[in-house]
Amino acid sequence: MSEMSKIVRTISNSLFPFIMIYGLYVIMHGHLTPGGGFQGGAVVASGCALILVAYSSGWVFKKVKESNLSILESIGAIGFISLAFLGIGVTFFYNFIAGSGLLFGEIPPVGPNSGNLNTAGLLPLMNLSVGLKVIAGLFAIVAVMAFVASRRMRKK
Amino acid sequence: MNMNWLLTHSPALLIAIPLLAAFLTPLIDRLSKRARNVLVLIVLITVEVVMIVLAWDVFTGNTHIYTMGASNPTATIPVQAAIPIRIVLEVDGLSAFMGLISATVSLAAGLYSLAFVRRETGQGRYYTLLLLMLVGMLGMEFTGDLFNLFVFLEILSIASAALIAYRFYRGDAVEGAFKYFVISSLGALMVLFAIGLLYGQYDLLNMAALAKVMKYTMLDKIALVLFIAAFAMKCGAIPMHMWVPDSYTVAPASITAMLVVASQVSLYALFRICFSLYGLTLDVTTVGIIIISLGLLSMFVGVTMALPQKDIKRLMSYHAISQTGYMLLGVGVGLYLIGKPEFSTYGVVAMEGGIFHIFNHALYKGLLFLTAGAIFYKVKTRNLNEMRGLAHSMKFTAIFFMIGAFAIAGIPPFNGFASKLLIYESVYCVSPILSIIAMLVSIITLASFVKVFHSAFMGPPMRNTKEGEVPKSMLIGMVILTVGIILFGLFPGWVVDHIVHPAAQALADQAAYIQAVIGG
Repeated sequence: MSEMSKIVRTISNSLFPFIMIYGLYVIMHGHLTPGGGFQGGAVVASGCALILVAYSSGWVFKKVKESNLSILESIGAIGFISLAFLGIGVTFFYNFIAGSGLLFGEIPPVGPNSGNLNTAGLLPLMNLSVGLKVIAGLFAIVAVMAFVASRRMRKK
Repeated sequence: MNMNWLLTHSPALLIAIPLLAAFLTPLIDRLSKRARNVLVLIVLITVEVVMIVLAWDVFTGNTHIYTMGASNPTATIPVQAAIPIRIVLEVDGLSAFMGLISATVSLAAGLYSLAFVRRETGQGRYYTLLLLMLVGMLGMEFTGDLFNLFVFLEILSIASAALIAYRFYRGDAVEGAFKYFVISSLGALMVLFAIGLLYGQYDLLNMAALAKVMKYTMLDKIALVLFIAAFAMKCGAIPMHMWVPDSYTVAPASITAMLVVASQVSLYALFRICFSLYGLTLDVTTVGIIIISLGLLSMFVGVTMALPQKDIKRLMSYHAISQTGYMLLGVGVGLYLIGKPEFSTYGVVAMEGGIFHIFNHALYKGLLFLTAGAIFYKVKTRNLNEMRGLAHSMKFTAIFFMIGAFAIAGIPPFNGFASKLLIYESVYCVSPILSIIAMLVSIITLASFVKVFHSAFMGPPMRNTKEGEVPKSMLIGMVILTVGIILFGLFPGWVVDHIVHPAAQALADQAAYIQAVIGG
């Protein structure tokens, strides 16, 4: 895939921050609203795919290496499992932060409320690590596929 | 870290440790290849040891329950709720039995891989996926939650498909992987749909809780058909077997040995659904006859398809289908008889035979595939017509192959004989014709392996191959399985009493399965 026209690139430039913010919001509010790490990660990765389409895969691979993406992906997965391991004093996956007063450790109010971000203990942290894994993983898949396809097109 | 703590948490640890290691592998791979191999080996050995400890405890009569994230591992039902809502792992005799198979074969395959894939690229990913396959298998075996079963089924399928395509530079590997992936996705979707049908009716996903309220309505019947079709397809029963020869043949030999176990895990899921989830509510006679006929078809068609094959691994794949038939036959007869007075006499023996055969098959078929891999490693071909006289240079491989071939043909004193004898004598009481077909298949199996042994190992040595045996790590991998075959063959009585009987009992006793999770 070669670079697309100036119009497309300009529009992508201005859309990109909004997609990013929306995706990160879905990840961060995963424990309060519908969505979560996977869904938000997919939104962010689709934003990255937009840049990939507009600017060509060759351009993207000058900025990010595929191997670095897979490191990020592994870190996301390791983070998720390590968080689950931290609770093994009680049970695997035990949510020891909830209600403890630490970060994300407040007890949520009972009844209808506007949603307190600082609750749910391990869940937001796990959403963040899943988000990281999905962003890196999906983007790496799309980028590698685009790269291989563009090489094949050039050969023809 | 004391023993009790380890025992309590072992069901979760057995799944979590390889999962963590799977994602550490690509990171450590960047630093040092040797450290990565050491990590993978340590994890595989740890899993094997913990699995033996856990299985030993389970076989003495304690079913292990583990509730993820609860305040106490056995608190399956939260204080505020009346039903189990968390993910529950339930390790009873059959789960522990299957777990032992998966851990043992994975250890052998992991050791074998060290030398076998040494010259390939992308080994970091290879070991990641190998560990993920182990995670998928153990997860499917331990879980007591239907949706979790689906998740681990997907993990297993995706990891397997990627590993089948490991030698992607060969076109046939990609084709085999694609076929496997299509079949797996189709099967997984059918399973998901069936789970949806059950969840829609009962608002439950926990298998024990579902089993307690199961009414066997029309929708439940549809769900049962979907489950049986999907898992029979995944375990390669004829007429849904077309993916087996293609994908077993092209996968690296160590992965083929794991794929054999992966197929048997689907078989486990099939039995679990029939016995523990539906149990006596279903029409055992009809479903039993369906499973028996699947078994007979697989046995007979598998072995007759194996006879004309010229590709050594393709031939063995057809034998794998044929051997799966024995397990379906044995356990199918058990299902056919359950609830009837004959069950306690020969029904339970048939089930023990079928279940024992799962372990035996994993050992000898794994060994045979590993020897086929060793041959491929040396002569770079799988075609039987292009090899001869390999016993001159590969003495140990020849011996291992002979042991595997004797075991699969059911010749005493190897393990295949023990389980086949149990199946012959018990299914004879149902109908002599079943026994006759089973024996006939065994004889054809022997004939076919005599052919393979003759064309691969006998005759004058080949001119243009390197002298010498395959590397040590591959031999050690094969030795592990061989030791298992010989031990199981020499002490079948002990094995049946202490390992197989608890597994068969766990499968037959649905009330105990329910009671372990929700009590009362």
